Amino acid sequence: MIGAAVLIALVQVMLFLFLAPLLVGVMRQVRSRLEGRVGSGIWQPWRDVRKLLRKAPVRARDSSWILSIGPLALLLSSLLLCVLLPLVGALDVPWISSDLFVIVSVMLLGVVALALVGLDAGTAFGGMGSSRHMTVAALVEPTVLLAVYALSIPAGTSSLSVIVGTRLHVPSEIISPVSVLALVALAIAIMAETSRLPIDNPSTHLELTMMHEAMLLEGSGRDLAWLEMGSWIKLTVLLGLLGNLTAPWGILTDVTIGSVLLGVAAITVKVLLLGVALSVGEVFLAKARLFRVPELLAGSFALALLAVTASYLVA
Amino acid sequence: MSANGLVRLIARVGRIAETAPPAPSMIAGAEVFGGSVNVRFINAGGCSDCALEVASAFGPVYDVERYGIRLVASPRHADVLVITGAVTRNMVEPLRRTIDATPTPRFIIAVGDCAITGGAVADGYGVLGPVSSIVDVDLEVPGGPPEPAQIVQALRRITGR
Amino acid sequence: MTALAASLLTELIVAAVVVLGAFTLPARWRSPVSGLGSVVLSAVAATTGILAMTGIGGALSVRTTLAGALTFAPDRLGGLFMVIVSLVGVLASLYAMRSARGAETSRSGWAAWVVFLASMQLVPAAADMVSFLLAWELMTLCSVLLLATGHRLRSSVASATIWYLAMSQLSFFLVAAGFAVLAGVAGSTSFAAVAAIGSGSWQVDVAFVLLLVGFAAKAELVPLHVWVPRVLPEAPAPVAAAMSGAMVKVGVYGALLVCVRLLPAGPPWWGVLIMALGGASAVYGILQASVNSGLKVLLAYSTTENMGLVFLAVGAAVLLRGLDATAAADAALMSAVLLTISHALFKTTLFLAAGAIEHATDETNLDRLGGLLRRMPWTAAAFGIAALSAAALPITSGFVAEWTLLQSLIHGSRISGTPVAVIVSVAMPLGVAVVALTAGLALLTFVKAYGIAFLARPRSAEAATAVEAPLGMRVSLVAGAVAIILLGVLPGPAAQAVASAVFTNPAEVVRSAGLAGVSFPGIGVLLDPATLALIVALLAVPVLILVSIVSRRHRSRVSELPWGGGGSRARPRMQYTATSYAEPLVRVFDDVLKPSRDVQVTHLGESRYLIERVQIEQRMTDVFETRVYRPLLNVAERFGVLARHAQNGSIHRYLAYSFVALVIVLVVVAL
Repeated sequence: MIGAAVLIALVQVMLFLFLAPLLVGVMRQVRSRLEGRVGSGIWQPWRDVRKLLRKAPVRARDSSWILSIGPLALLLSSLLLCVLLPLVGALDVPWISSDLFVIVSVMLLGVVALALVGLDAGTAFGGMGSSRHMTVAALVEPTVLLAVYALSIPAGTSSLSVIVGTRLHVPSEIISPVSVLALVALAIAIMAETSRLPIDNPSTHLELTMMHEAMLLEGSGRDLAWLEMGSWIKLTVLLGLLGNLTAPWGILTDVTIGSVLLGVAAITVKVLLLGVALSVGEVFLAKARLFRVPELLAGSFALALLAVTASYLVA
Repeated sequence: MSANGLVRLIARVGRIAETAPPAPSMIAGAEVFGGSVNVRFINAGGCSDCALEVASAFGPVYDVERYGIRLVASPRHADVLVITGAVTRNMVEPLRRTIDATPTPRFIIAVGDCAITGGAVADGYGVLGPVSSIVDVDLEVPGGPPEPAQIVQALRRITGR
Repeated sequence: MTALAASLLTELIVAAVVVLGAFTLPARWRSPVSGLGSVVLSAVAATTGILAMTGIGGALSVRTTLAGALTFAPDRLGGLFMVIVSLVGVLASLYAMRSARGAETSRSGWAAWVVFLASMQLVPAAADMVSFLLAWELMTLCSVLLLATGHRLRSSVASATIWYLAMSQLSFFLVAAGFAVLAGVAGSTSFAAVAAIGSGSWQVDVAFVLLLVGFAAKAELVPLHVWVPRVLPEAPAPVAAAMSGAMVKVGVYGALLVCVRLLPAGPPWWGVLIMALGGASAVYGILQASVNSGLKVLLAYSTTENMGLVFLAVGAAVLLRGLDATAAADAALMSAVLLTISHALFKTTLFLAAGAIEHATDETNLDRLGGLLRRMPWTAAAFGIAALSAAALPITSGFVAEWTLLQSLIHGSRISGTPVAVIVSVAMPLGVAVVALTAGLALLTFVKAYGIAFLARPRSAEAATAVEAPLGMRVSLVAGAVAIILLGVLPGPAAQAVASAVFTNPAEVVRSAGLAGVSFPGIGVLLDPATLALIVALLAVPVLILVSIVSRRHRSRVSELPWGGGGSRARPRMQYTATSYAEPLVRVFDDVLKPSRDVQVTHLGESRYLIERVQIEQRMTDVFETRVYRPLLNVAERFGVLARHAQNGSIHRYLAYSFVALVIVLVVVAL
């Protein structure tokens, strides 16, 4: 059992290290095509990272070790998410918990690392991005935890492996009103966590409209590479989680060569499909005003609360 | 525009980008970028003619992004500084700082006659001189202003795509 | 005499000796010797607590003429709180030895400190109401003295002292009244007799409400928290640390004493009441903390938040126990104790670190700090770890505690798939939402506190020339931080020890599992932070190898300035400050916080379209103070004015009063 868990964890880490830049490449390519452009190819994020690793980073005199360690902390927190989440396989190993509260807190560690990187150099833009990012993170957290609570009710546990496993065996759970409400709330929360439209515009060049990008302004060379990789992996695993919660089929529950291959193929397809959908959706969206974002988040919070309450009415 | 209208527009327009001309030769030292180049654009004191041409190079028609070239918001992310206009006295210090803030290896492209020689405004009282009086220029794109296609070709000499 | 009684007696003797020493020693020796004495006193008290936690029993009776026999016989729960309070005492005393200056080093200053610690350690040991109240009041009065040591330096200390005195006496009055009602029902003042009465009568309900509000005032809960943001920032660092880290825990002990020991079978509505009180405090406290820029004010409000979470957990435990969801109730109670321990550690460390910053810069306003990470690396590390714990992130004690609370809440609403009761189905989701919102805002608060104080460039000359705190002060900081990490990585053994003090069946409630994790078999959940840490370490190996290869090939370069758009005026003043950091949040919660904003625009003489100067002032006020206390105080003041008219010092008027009174008496008698 432990051996199988280690194997699955390894497979997940390797797969998502490879898949994350690919996903971003595909999403940019889709967007380019919809804008009438040719696009720089789905392997472009790989080239970007390779180039960043070949450059000599520039660090301001007044910045501290946070600027070099923070990006690594973000990358490690994202890699830890790859280990803990049920992506390729949903094995319930007692010690390596895929407990949702643990996962949310690991994700928040990355959020904090990024926010501190934003503050480190002492620029106006970095502080601004950090402040907005943390405000959104603070307001998203109730939604995430309540959605988790709603999802945990049918399975009777907050362990994601078990939740996904339950959905695999009882597919009717997925389309129950509780689950649908919770998934919508979770999807909005994930958009906010990963700084996508309409909460944040990932391709903006205007500093005053930035949230996530403003914190990266001071990063260069490998520091920037870790920050980008960390954010991409986070986006990919969260899309993978959403994919497995809505369509758990293909995820492995026992380890054979065939099932591992099937699991890898299934999660790749799910992540890429969700990525394409997200990218297409973003073409139709404009960034919301910063002070409209709390309304959106309050809406998703209401959905999550409704999901929890509904679970008692329906049951 | 309604979502429906946007869908129809996307379907009608299809691909806007023109077909790519053959790739020019790479300049020495640019291999390190491996087909990914981030550009920071600086208007050091020009009349914005060249700036407009640079903007259209990044637009959907010339679509320089297909060669792996992106505009970025910070010189910390940049590999190439695209500088237009003769350097005015007020822009000397910001230009120096921007160059200092760009991590090495980096390339400097001077776009337009003013940036290369000072052009028509070379003797102006507020003008210090061409870009080369501040920093060594790696590539020059002459013209007043140059065509976007020329700017695209210059940038392609760095990505090699 | 049992070992426990002997230990208690030793404690009293040590306290007496140290007080004597404080009064007789010359000024040069006073601080080191009294500080060391306080450390010894706290160590003895901690030993007593540990003895009591093993359950050996034993009592120390002190016969007094006025109050009868005072009995101190700590049970397991009392022992646990003695340990918590004493550990904070050790840390704060070590720190005070080096940090005390001015009036803090006076005879009465040190004597008050020693008596404060001793009485705080005796409250959980009390076995009857009179000794409890005596120790409680002694603790309060000594903390007032300690607070007042700074009154010559700042005028604000005097007003803080008055607020504190009034609120703490209110708390004492409520607790005394509650105990009096219970004593009346039980016919005895001993806790053992009260525990036998059970609940159900209206007198017990009245006593419960009185006691709850009284203890809540001590534990800084809304709406009785108004003294906190005034008092804690004005108190010297070790005093603030001891008050926030230890004294409020005595309030928690009081609540647990009532809910667990004296009246364990409370009806569900008690639980709902406690949960509501705790939840409101948690959200309001952290909201105020997140928008305040004073480092110590922020920490003070965050105490309200943390105590709110503790009461939320206690309330959930009472509610769930009342509805027979025992396993989840036990987990909730466990989380209350874990939150208490964790808070004692991290808040002490945070207040002491804030003291170190104040020591180095004479400044606690975050807007004037910055860049301290390079200048004060030890303080920065300790503050950082404690802040992680306050934000409930792994791998710290705060995370374990909050995780337990969330698990108990989500498992509380159902027993094997069937909902427990409607009230639980409403209370638990709201509880989860409150905890989540609190956790999110705490994250922002502590990123702000750490990022603004320690990162970026100094925002004032004082911050630019700060030097690290002396070794004597650093020891406490490091010890606190290490304890936080230890409890966070290896919570299993500690949780077991704690459970044995709270439950009669500790093995059924909590077990050590995995590498040293905690598991709650009753609700089937497990957390093993050490495994997480191990996985991270394994993941870090290849990453670090890659980093070292890449960084050897491409050395980083230092540039003079951060990238600020290339402008030539990138001064430190242009950085984000704590106030600007919290600005979006102030706007989002505008309706709750009601900040007072004042915008003054000065136009140029020639044209209204040109502006010479814009002045914006935004003040954060405490809604409870301006909307609840201020009107009450105004009414009181009006009565005061009336009384002054009546008593103007004129002998004629007093003679007239006497005459009228006499006439009235005669008339009444004649009727």
